[in-house]
Amino acid sequence: MEKRYIRNENMLSREENLSLHEKKALVVGCGGLGGHLIEQLARLGIGHITAIDGDVFEESNLNRQLLSNVENIGQSKALVAKDHIARVNPEVKVTAIHGILDETNAEEIIRGHDVICDALDNMTTRLLLQKFAEKLNIPMVYGAIAGWYGQVTTIFPGDNILGSIYQGASNKGIEQEMGNPSFTPALVASIEVSEVVKILTGKGQLLRNRFLMINTLDQEYEVFDI
Amino acid sequence: MKIKVRLFATLREGRGKEQMMEFTDTATPQAIFDRLDIPSADVAILLINGFDGKFDQPLKDGDTVSIFPPVGGG
Repeated sequence: MEKRYIRNENMLSREENLSLHEKKALVVGCGGLGGHLIEQLARLGIGHITAIDGDVFEESNLNRQLLSNVENIGQSKALVAKDHIARVNPEVKVTAIHGILDETNAEEIIRGHDVICDALDNMTTRLLLQKFAEKLNIPMVYGAIAGWYGQVTTIFPGDNILGSIYQGASNKGIEQEMGNPSFTPALVASIEVSEVVKILTGKGQLLRNRFLMINTLDQEYEVFDI
Repeated sequence: MKIKVRLFATLREGRGKEQMMEFTDTATPQAIFDRLDIPSADVAILLINGFDGKFDQPLKDGDTVSIFPPVGGG
């Protein structure tokens, strides 16, 4: 499909587009953020995507999780992602892992990727992801959502942003009370993907050592240098 | 001394976005939390003049303290 990427070719050169086909991205979590991340990475033509999630789709996911629909309730989110991408962009190889990232499997799962996308729903596993990303020298894009609010930052090995900035207050956040709507996951995931493209092509300015705080209730978007 | 306090996300509810807070002698972020009735567990990120701060860090006149609740969903 020669024309598939033609609309990308004014912002990324042909060479840059082609280089994405050789890249391997890991998406940890296939829920609200993960569904949008996987969809966008596949449409960009990232050659290999590993999608991991231990959950199955539930009815309460339908309000926001892009890959969920009334027909796949009860099915593995990771396996649904793989099937979906086969129809969106069969040029992309998706490795689906129906399981949870933990201390015992993190190194094996993370190794060999060019970039990691955080689509997790808890800080404990995010810190684990950052630890192994650092160990294996892989950049990682952090994204988190809660109701009207979101956060994005890009973490390179050695930055240890999450360890230094988080006060260790809690594993979960205000999303426990607020829930998440349809638009915050899409917004935060889109910004994460723009960071992935810049990491992989060397273009632009990253959110490295900078923390983007998103507030769609007041429409405030602020970047803090950290 | 005067401290500028900036609140984010749900911490604004009933407290507003930003305020100048006056302390007579010493001040710490914890003293701000106490005055605004913010439980420590509701503070995930604390920035003092844009840098990572500690709850018991002494503040100076003119400092800006930014307080964020935990955001952890995906």
